[in-house]
Amino acid sequence: MRNVLPVLTVVAVIFVAWYIGAVALNATWAQDNAARAGVELSFTELVADTLSQDKPKLPAPHQVAVEIWETTVEKNITSRRSLVYHSWITMSATLLGFVLGTGLGIALAVGIVYNRTMDMSVMPWVIASQTIPILAIAPMIIVVLNAIGITGLFPKAVISMYLSFFPVVVGMVKGLRSPDRMQLDQMKTWHANGIQEFWKLRFPSSMPYLFTSLKVGMAASLVGAIVGELPTGAVAGLGARLLAGSYYGQTVQIWSALIMAAVLAACLVGIIGLAQRLVLKRMGMA
Amino acid sequence: MGWIVFGICAWLVGWLTNVWLARQPKSQATSLAVPVIFGVTLILIWESVVRGFGISPVLLPPPSVIAERFSQSADILWIDFVQTVIKGALSGYVIGCGAAFVIAVTVDRFPFLQRGVLPVGNFVAALPIIGMAPIMVMWFGFDWQSKAAVVVVMVFFPMLVNTVQGLQASDAMQRDLMRTYAAGYWKTLLKLRLPSAMPFVFNGLKIASTLALIGAIVAEFFGSPVKGMGFRISTSVGQLALDLVWAEIVVAAIVGSAFYGGVALLERAVTFWHPSQRG
Repeated sequence: MRNVLPVLTVVAVIFVAWYIGAVALNATWAQDNAARAGVELSFTELVADTLSQDKPKLPAPHQVAVEIWETTVEKNITSRRSLVYHSWITMSATLLGFVLGTGLGIALAVGIVYNRTMDMSVMPWVIASQTIPILAIAPMIIVVLNAIGITGLFPKAVISMYLSFFPVVVGMVKGLRSPDRMQLDQMKTWHANGIQEFWKLRFPSSMPYLFTSLKVGMAASLVGAIVGELPTGAVAGLGARLLAGSYYGQTVQIWSALIMAAVLAACLVGIIGLAQRLVLKRMGMA
Repeated sequence: MGWIVFGICAWLVGWLTNVWLARQPKSQATSLAVPVIFGVTLILIWESVVRGFGISPVLLPPPSVIAERFSQSADILWIDFVQTVIKGALSGYVIGCGAAFVIAVTVDRFPFLQRGVLPVGNFVAALPIIGMAPIMVMWFGFDWQSKAAVVVVMVFFPMLVNTVQGLQASDAMQRDLMRTYAAGYWKTLLKLRLPSAMPFVFNGLKIASTLALIGAIVAEFFGSPVKGMGFRISTSVGQLALDLVWAEIVVAAIVGSAFYGGVALLERAVTFWHPSQRG
């Protein structure tokens, strides 16, 4: 709790900087307009104008807040102008990809831990692939899957899947290997077979690692879904809102989509964090 | 048919060799050979599956075609490399990491701010910051400046969080020792706290190296001059020239690994004293 005040201070500083930035960046446009109309703007008029432009360079926080309010609460959620609708599209792709990626990642991690050949062949590639800007493949996956007749949710989920896949593999391999010699020997003296050793020792002790990599994977998966929406030409989803906003110079729309994406990320990662706390507490680890 | 048989043979030979190698006592040679054989086997299987089943090159070009394209379009790839990596990613990386480092050192002087910056920085680092790309393109135009700006925003927070954490890494005993030596703030910073922060700083630099390339490439999807890796990828996909796309991806992979490897080498040189580097 003692961090509340400092955090609020930092957040306040960010908001103040945002307002100052909005005034500074939008001032040129306001002054050009005033010069064209032949009027001299006083400082207060200038500030008032910069904070209420229609297509500002940097919209002020309250403009974004109003836009979000109008596009979430006041619009029907099935409407194509509703941010809830677009967030839902993005979130469903994110979650599908995340579940697939996590499942595959855990399966591969189990394979790597139990099979020496796989460990030596696959693991270096998994680690190396972390250093590659893998997101660059996104447009290709979308187009190729479209070409063979797979459209809609699944291509985006594929991108989310492979982005969330690698953190899970790396984390789970570490986690499944975290029991030490002593614990493994103890299982042996209890005459535990391989399956029992896995379910009663290795899997439970990998939980802290799993949750940490799930958080990374979830954040990555959302980025994947957003980027996956770009090449299809702005049909639906938060990525599409970003692209459409940048086509038409609708900065307020871009910022509200961005804030919505941030809220979505915070909620999804927050849910995993909550699950982590509950599970680890139940297991006596936290 | 011949290609399919060849593919199955390649798979069997590669897998059996690796199984045999994995049973050998572990040495540097085997732990290098096994992944290499795995990679080569994968490429051979890819080649034979594409040729054997007659998959259209519009969907998935075989590796040989990609390699050919790579050597033919070296000039295009070079132009794109300079535009995206040198101008966009690298300049943004330097500015972003530098700014984050300076701010982290400043914040560190004020414990109050520091307690606020860590949670906020951690939170922001988990957000899809890549979405800032269209805004940056609007502010800084289509050329590399906007890509560098996206990279700056993307690398800033991971770097800030890691540096702030690193500056706390020296323990009370060590700081007390510096005090007994009558070392002031700057001396303690230079001789004790910055060196002990280095493992964290390099962790941030490594994370940032991957983010920088992703940022520079994805930012080009939102608008760019007629060169750059992200531009080439998105337009070539549109023209169904997938061999060129794959060639760009090969470049991206090489650059990404080289960038990361370079930072890791530098880390080894700077933090040679750290347990994780002593081997």
